[in-house]
Amino acid sequence: MDLQTLTYITIGLSFVLYIGIAIRSRASTTGDFYVAGKHVHPVANGMATAADWMSAASFISMAGLISFLGYEGGMYLMGWTGGYVLLAMLLAPYLRKFGKFTVPEFIGDRYYSQLARVVAVICLIFISFTYVAGQMRGVGIVFSRFLEVPVETGLFIGMGIVFIYAVLGGMKGITYTQVAQYCVLIFAYTVPAVFIAINATDNPLPQLALGSELSEGSGYLLDKLDKTLMDLGFGDYTSPFNDKSMIDVCAITLALMVGTAGLPHVIVRFFTVPRVRDARISAGWALLFITILYTTAPAVGALSRMNLITTVNGTDGSGTSYAAIPGWFKTWENSGLLAWFDHNGDGKVQYAAGNAFAGNGKPVFAGEQRGPHRERVTSNPGDGKPVGNAPFANEIYVDRDIMVLANPEIAGLPDWVIALIAAGGIAAALSTAAGLLLVISSSVSHDLLKGTFAKGISDRTELMAGRIAAGVAISIAGYLGLHPPAFVAQVVAFAFGLAASSLFPVILMGIFNKRMNKWGAISGMLTGLTFTLGYIIYFKGIFIEPFAANIPENWILGISPEGAGVIGMALNFIVATIGARNTAPPPPHIQQLVDDIRVPRSS
Amino acid sequence: MDTSKDAYWRANIRLVTGCLIVWFGVSFGCGILLVDFFNQFQIGGYKLGFWFAQQGSIFTFLFLIFFYAIRMNTLDRKYGVRED
Repeated sequence: MDLQTLTYITIGLSFVLYIGIAIRSRASTTGDFYVAGKHVHPVANGMATAADWMSAASFISMAGLISFLGYEGGMYLMGWTGGYVLLAMLLAPYLRKFGKFTVPEFIGDRYYSQLARVVAVICLIFISFTYVAGQMRGVGIVFSRFLEVPVETGLFIGMGIVFIYAVLGGMKGITYTQVAQYCVLIFAYTVPAVFIAINATDNPLPQLALGSELSEGSGYLLDKLDKTLMDLGFGDYTSPFNDKSMIDVCAITLALMVGTAGLPHVIVRFFTVPRVRDARISAGWALLFITILYTTAPAVGALSRMNLITTVNGTDGSGTSYAAIPGWFKTWENSGLLAWFDHNGDGKVQYAAGNAFAGNGKPVFAGEQRGPHRERVTSNPGDGKPVGNAPFANEIYVDRDIMVLANPEIAGLPDWVIALIAAGGIAAALSTAAGLLLVISSSVSHDLLKGTFAKGISDRTELMAGRIAAGVAISIAGYLGLHPPAFVAQVVAFAFGLAASSLFPVILMGIFNKRMNKWGAISGMLTGLTFTLGYIIYFKGIFIEPFAANIPENWILGISPEGAGVIGMALNFIVATIGARNTAPPPPHIQQLVDDIRVPRSS
Repeated sequence: MDTSKDAYWRANIRLVTGCLIVWFGVSFGCGILLVDFFNQFQIGGYKLGFWFAQQGSIFTFLFLIFFYAIRMNTLDRKYGVRED
């Protein structure tokens, strides 16, 4: 059976599984639709949270990011896990005690203000759509690379599947499909990782393989990688702050942590467990399931970088002639994620530091034209000068997403492992997309309609409105996936910044600061959101041209747009505190509400 | 708020503060601010600071949440606020 058929079968089977689960767990009340009737076991919720939260970016891009960043990759690893500590200790148990359906509902009640609720809905919709665009794109990309269908077709198939189980089952349907999706994605991620770990180090546990000696006997993997990279003109792998300054690493890590804790689709998962103590332990289970992938990723990153170098430069380190390069190189070249330009004209492919291509370093292909070695012709070669002490100039462009997607091929693993990676990538993207679409639709049907503009509607009408909102949200997400503002990982990073600077501070102060009132909260949220969005647009220019070059000299305190959420968060806290000091304290029944959510059982 | 609930809240804040100090220490402390210092030490093939940034802090986070959840269950019982 060829690879493509195998991939179709694997993905098809996983879809049958998801739809089967969705049909079994249809939602019949708004309680089912919004919070799965609050009947979800903490371990199941932990698994669902892990899938909900590990996105296409975690699955496809993260190991690649780490493999090119080295030490600095740690900011993603710490940032995306450390947030669960904040979530477990500062938010989840109290929000569960509050016991209603959505995050804006908490903000509206706690700050006794419809305006605060609507502002929270705006923040939520902003964050969730930014994030979901990346997921839909991820589904399309996986389809197009593995099944050779256009990105658009893949995207429509993904939308169709999410539509079926999100609209039909609401939170109840999503929860149990996410449990299944977690199993698919973690299996798909760890199996190839174990294979490549054994290949390289004889140690089957990737977590240990990273710190092991290479089986070929040339010392520790990380030492070898450091040395190899330095010989090729790169910074070494394990030393800190080659690519980013210390303050920027701190800011990005903190923004990701706080952003994780402030993401509405993650928070709302903790509304689905029966009791406050389940919410606490469930955060632990979620992090355990996430840790399995997150401690595997650094090993995948380091091993795949090593594999890439040895495959391309050959064992003698002089390069491999294009005629003798393995098949995967040509497959990914065809999809545009790899490119080669023979700078020194020796017919060999060589990999070293520096950009092989001019401009932003990405190749511009001259259609399907082929060069003297049958390679794809590119029209923007760089200057072809070696960087530092490298023995030759870099001749290839490697998209970092390849590190996970092509890993099984690079390591020479069997076809079924490759098919598995495709199913895993799709599971990661779909599970996150569904969670996001659900919080968008519940905030529309519950916060905007039932809570603000159409208070009289019945439960049945509200449920129908929720389903329609989910359908509309999926269509918009699909549109954003077709016309993405930037590439997957980047879009997702912005969602974290926005969550960190708008929602997290007001929820936190709502629980821990009784004196915080509605004016403080509203002004804080708007300040945080506006600042962070402005900072990102100023340097990155989404939809418009950037105002200033995105370089450290221009940044405030040396903090890049990815870490801007931290400044936004600080401004939010400051503005909110000043605002609250100068306006009337919250009424007594609100202070009572705060006392009440602080204890698991109210008397 | 009566005194026992006040005391419960104070105990909770103490526990959370302690946990967050550790949280900050392993990630921002060992993994970022003091990474050069810890990188002098080597465990197996890992430089210690690098290990904290890529694995050690994650394992510590995991431990912290379970520790917190279990301690809070004890506090819930001690102060009579445990749910049925």
